Amino acid sequence: MRGVTRHFGERTALRELSVRVEAGTTLAVLGRNGAGKSTLLRILATLLRPHAGDTAVFGEPLPRRAFAVRSKVGLLAHEPLLYRDLSGRENLIYHARLRRIELARVEELLAAVGMQRRADDPVRLLSRGMVQRLAVCRAVLHAPELLLLDEPRANLDPAAAQLVEPLIGRASGRTRVITSHDPQAAVSEADLVLGLKDGHQEFLMRPVELKQDAINALYA
Amino acid sequence: MKTAIAILRKDLLLELRALETVPAMVLFSLVAFVIFHFALDRATLNGQLAAGVLTATLLLASMLAINRLFVAEREQGGFDAFLLAPVDRTALLLAKAAALYVYLVVLEVIAMPAFAVLLRPPSLGASLPGLVAVLALANLALSIVGTLVSAIAVQTRARDLIGPVIGLPLLIPALIGTARAIGPLLNSHASGAPPAKWLLILALYDVVFALLAYAVFDFLLED
Repeated sequence: MRGVTRHFGERTALRELSVRVEAGTTLAVLGRNGAGKSTLLRILATLLRPHAGDTAVFGEPLPRRAFAVRSKVGLLAHEPLLYRDLSGRENLIYHARLRRIELARVEELLAAVGMQRRADDPVRLLSRGMVQRLAVCRAVLHAPELLLLDEPRANLDPAAAQLVEPLIGRASGRTRVITSHDPQAAVSEADLVLGLKDGHQEFLMRPVELKQDAINALYA
Repeated sequence: MKTAIAILRKDLLLELRALETVPAMVLFSLVAFVIFHFALDRATLNGQLAAGVLTATLLLASMLAINRLFVAEREQGGFDAFLLAPVDRTALLLAKAAALYVYLVVLEVIAMPAFAVLLRPPSLGASLPGLVAVLALANLALSIVGTLVSAIAVQTRARDLIGPVIGLPLLIPALIGTARAIGPLLNSHASGAPPAKWLLILALYDVVFALLAYAVFDFLLED
């Protein structure tokens, strides 16, 4: 991304943001609520158009080549993007059909996150942690090369967090952009850390260069 | 086409689970027929008056479905999930229009006998093939325009108002065409065939709005 700006009405959510993430690495995005973290993820996911600047994902310019990018990107957003009246299995089968993916992949993922036993329950009856596990399955269903993770471990207990680790953790080997309100945890798994404040880029540096004062100033 | 079928299958499954839209449409129609039965206070209803009552009731019942067509997509993230997939966005238009068409067919299968019992139009049995042909074209009009209007309305805060405010004026030509095509079928000496002129007008309306919907639907989903 180079000089990317995005407005919502008169409010500027992102202002001239420039960042480059190498393939296979992890970018942690830190900032308070409303700092622009989710906007950044939604631009990369092709759901929002930047109003200024250049964005490219795996060399494909956005929004012109959004169609090509969509098969390479998986978004785990605040909302699980699952239908509450359908079961977890039905939701994943729907997404598999949308993306022309073998249905065996659905069972494989349900097993991986320990949701086979409750897979036929309507999503509205599941706990938040279970819904988050299903949302992880949906995000990685098509084995995306780039994972956009908005608070990926929200609502997950330590055991569930361990279950999803091979799918969305560093071990997945995917390029990742993670937003988190837990700076220490995010920094610990990042190769590059971006600090946002009111849409401004406060810092962009490697974790070893990052001082606690800079993080504190971000949340002050 | 496979994408549209996947979305349609999901929509029908959601409706079967929640039973929100079709029962409301059916209930509305039955209540409307009961109101007309007592308000008009006639032993039988025939010709253009019967056609007008039937057409207006079906049109207003369809607005209930039109208002709710994209609600699950908006409230449960279905739009984002769909937009994240590398698929032709026209598939959503096709699937939603097909879902609305199915709802209307189910409504008519239940509502027509009630219409026959409560308002006693003559020769309904003999006119049935013609009536089916007219309603097939009318349903297409309601489905296409309804999907388009619903996609616009769901982006706004006042979506319950926007649907009827935009949809009803757009559907006036279809309403007139349907009522005029059905009127002769519900006469005491009906021939059984609807007037070709009004069928043609309905078909033309369907083609024009199908092309319009195809042309603009992508832009409605854009950020």
